[in-house]
Amino acid sequence: MNTNLGLVGRKIGCTQIFNENGTVTRVTVIECGPCKVVRKRTESLDGYSALQLSFGEKSAKNVSKPIKGYFAKSGVEGRKVERKGREVELLPEHLKELRLSAEDAAKFEVGQVLTVADMFTDGQFVDAGGISKGRGFSGVMRRHNFKGCQTSTHGTHEYKRHGGSIGTNMTPGRTMPGKKMPGQHGNKQCTQINLKIARVIAEKNLVLIEGSVPGAPDGIVMIRAAVKRGRHA
Amino acid sequence: MGSQHPLIESLHSERIANTNLDAYRVGDTIRVHYKIIEGDKERIQVFQGQVIRKRRGGVGATFTVRKISHGVGVERIFPVHSPRIDKIELVSRGVIRRSKLYYLRSLTGKAARLKDARDKLGSSAAASA
Repeated sequence: MNTNLGLVGRKIGCTQIFNENGTVTRVTVIECGPCKVVRKRTESLDGYSALQLSFGEKSAKNVSKPIKGYFAKSGVEGRKVERKGREVELLPEHLKELRLSAEDAAKFEVGQVLTVADMFTDGQFVDAGGISKGRGFSGVMRRHNFKGCQTSTHGTHEYKRHGGSIGTNMTPGRTMPGKKMPGQHGNKQCTQINLKIARVIAEKNLVLIEGSVPGAPDGIVMIRAAVKRGRHA
Repeated sequence: MGSQHPLIESLHSERIANTNLDAYRVGDTIRVHYKIIEGDKERIQVFQGQVIRKRRGGVGATFTVRKISHGVGVERIFPVHSPRIDKIELVSRGVIRRSKLYYLRSLTGKAARLKDARDKLGSSAAASA
């Protein structure tokens, strides 16, 4: 499991940037943080250590009562702004847990605000996790990249996008577990690993990540130091 | 590309503002002074030809320049906002009736020429161009 440091972000979209030597890099823009530490999970109390981070803001009227109660108990105070002449209280929109080792978690205090500048540097490798775009109930060609029917002549009839055989008759006489078949595709937590940070723009809370990141624009993603590149790669 | 997220636009506004988008049109013959970086040395290479296509797309916009080199058609795609473009010289304006001049690819010699805007519109147009 990735227990490296990271931040919660929102996918903004994809674009390209020019590097100093004029070459082009394709990037995904993530609005990352600032995230506030709402609560700490500890080994003794919860059985694991983690930070609970808040991200984004929404009007307090759209926050459910149980969550409001939780915020009150955790000492989360809303930000008061004026909208259309009325005072509106803004509370955190998202709560996400960041699993960390006990030593790492000890470095942070409840109420501390984490920003991109603290977490990431240009050229760092990260993993980006989010909910992938949902594609509904999909066939095997879309879902598992099967090739489909290899010939549409020689008497083939209504068998163009099928997956072919799903097992043998006598031995073992059943379909093996895990056989790739049609079903729900996407809309599922997934993580893209070893992505390079092209640029950190601290004043706008943006991280530009080379390549693609799971999910649709506006989706919530968790960006954390790459698990397969050592702790501070 | 349609309207972009304001945060993405803000990333590129400076670069886009620094580019003169009206310097050339499709059909023009231009000289693109392009910086080539070899190791730690930098030199300028000039590519002269006809603009046969302009593709939009915000910061990702490109244009294609076509020339005939030693009897072989050569096309080069440049990013409009590339910092490697040192400058663009306008050699002549062409008279065109479509925005993408792909038909030039199948023509050679005299047929592949474009009418010069000066000949068609008279000297007053040439003065303003």
